[in-house]
Amino acid sequence: MPTVTYAGTQVTVNDEGFFTDPAQWREDMAPLIARQEGISELTERHWQVIKFMRHEYDTKGSGPTVRVLGKTSGVSVRELYQLFPHGPAKEAAKIAGIPKPRGCV
Amino acid sequence: MSAKIEKVSIIVSKGSLEGVYPGLIMANGARAEGMEANLFFTFFGLDAIHKARHEHIKLATVGNPGLHLATWAGGLPGVSSVMTHYMNHKMEQLDIPSIPEFIEMIADTGAGLYACKASADLFGITKADLIDQVKDIITVGEFYDMAAGGEIIFT
Repeated sequence: MPTVTYAGTQVTVNDEGFFTDPAQWREDMAPLIARQEGISELTERHWQVIKFMRHEYDTKGSGPTVRVLGKTSGVSVRELYQLFPHGPAKEAAKIAGIPKPRGCV
Repeated sequence: MSAKIEKVSIIVSKGSLEGVYPGLIMANGARAEGMEANLFFTFFGLDAIHKARHEHIKLATVGNPGLHLATWAGGLPGVSSVMTHYMNHKMEQLDIPSIPEFIEMIADTGAGLYACKASADLFGITKADLIDQVKDIITVGEFYDMAAGGEIIFT
């Protein structure tokens, strides 16, 4: 497993850069992961999605798909793609330190 | 690391429930992975973006061996409607959106929706007959220009 250092802490990630242990994640790591994804600044709207991802993972054991995010996070599908242009569920999961959501729709 | 697909152009050519959904799922999935995606509706696939028809897309119950239903039974009046209703119900349980809702969502993801000019001419369909999310009615040549550099998927 590759390791990466964010904010002075070494974490393990998979080949795609997703955290393998979400417990290693801290909020101060998020802006650094986002920058690697090409998102230079995390706005309040980004954080709303990131916190929602963490919450979903903590309660359900997996991250939501874009459709679920659009219906329940309070951020529309259109805005989700503006905030996370490379795929909202995937990108937000990576920044939130949780595994990549699995779901076809 | 293997090469990644950056862009897909998906052709929807059939007007049945089972003919429309796969293309929509692939387009939505492509956008979710961060790929560029365009949908091109041709022939009976146009029904999926037709204002008056997209809410009434039916499952094919005749000539569909995958349904494991005798052909004569599939042709009885109302069977297609009942089977469509059943399938829609099952998909709703899995939180798969209806075709109109799914197409609206796909447009919101930034995917482009286009209609085929030859088919539109054939059926006498104009832009006014199509849902607002459709960007344009284009020729096959324009489709290939748009698809250049990506993968083309025919469904």
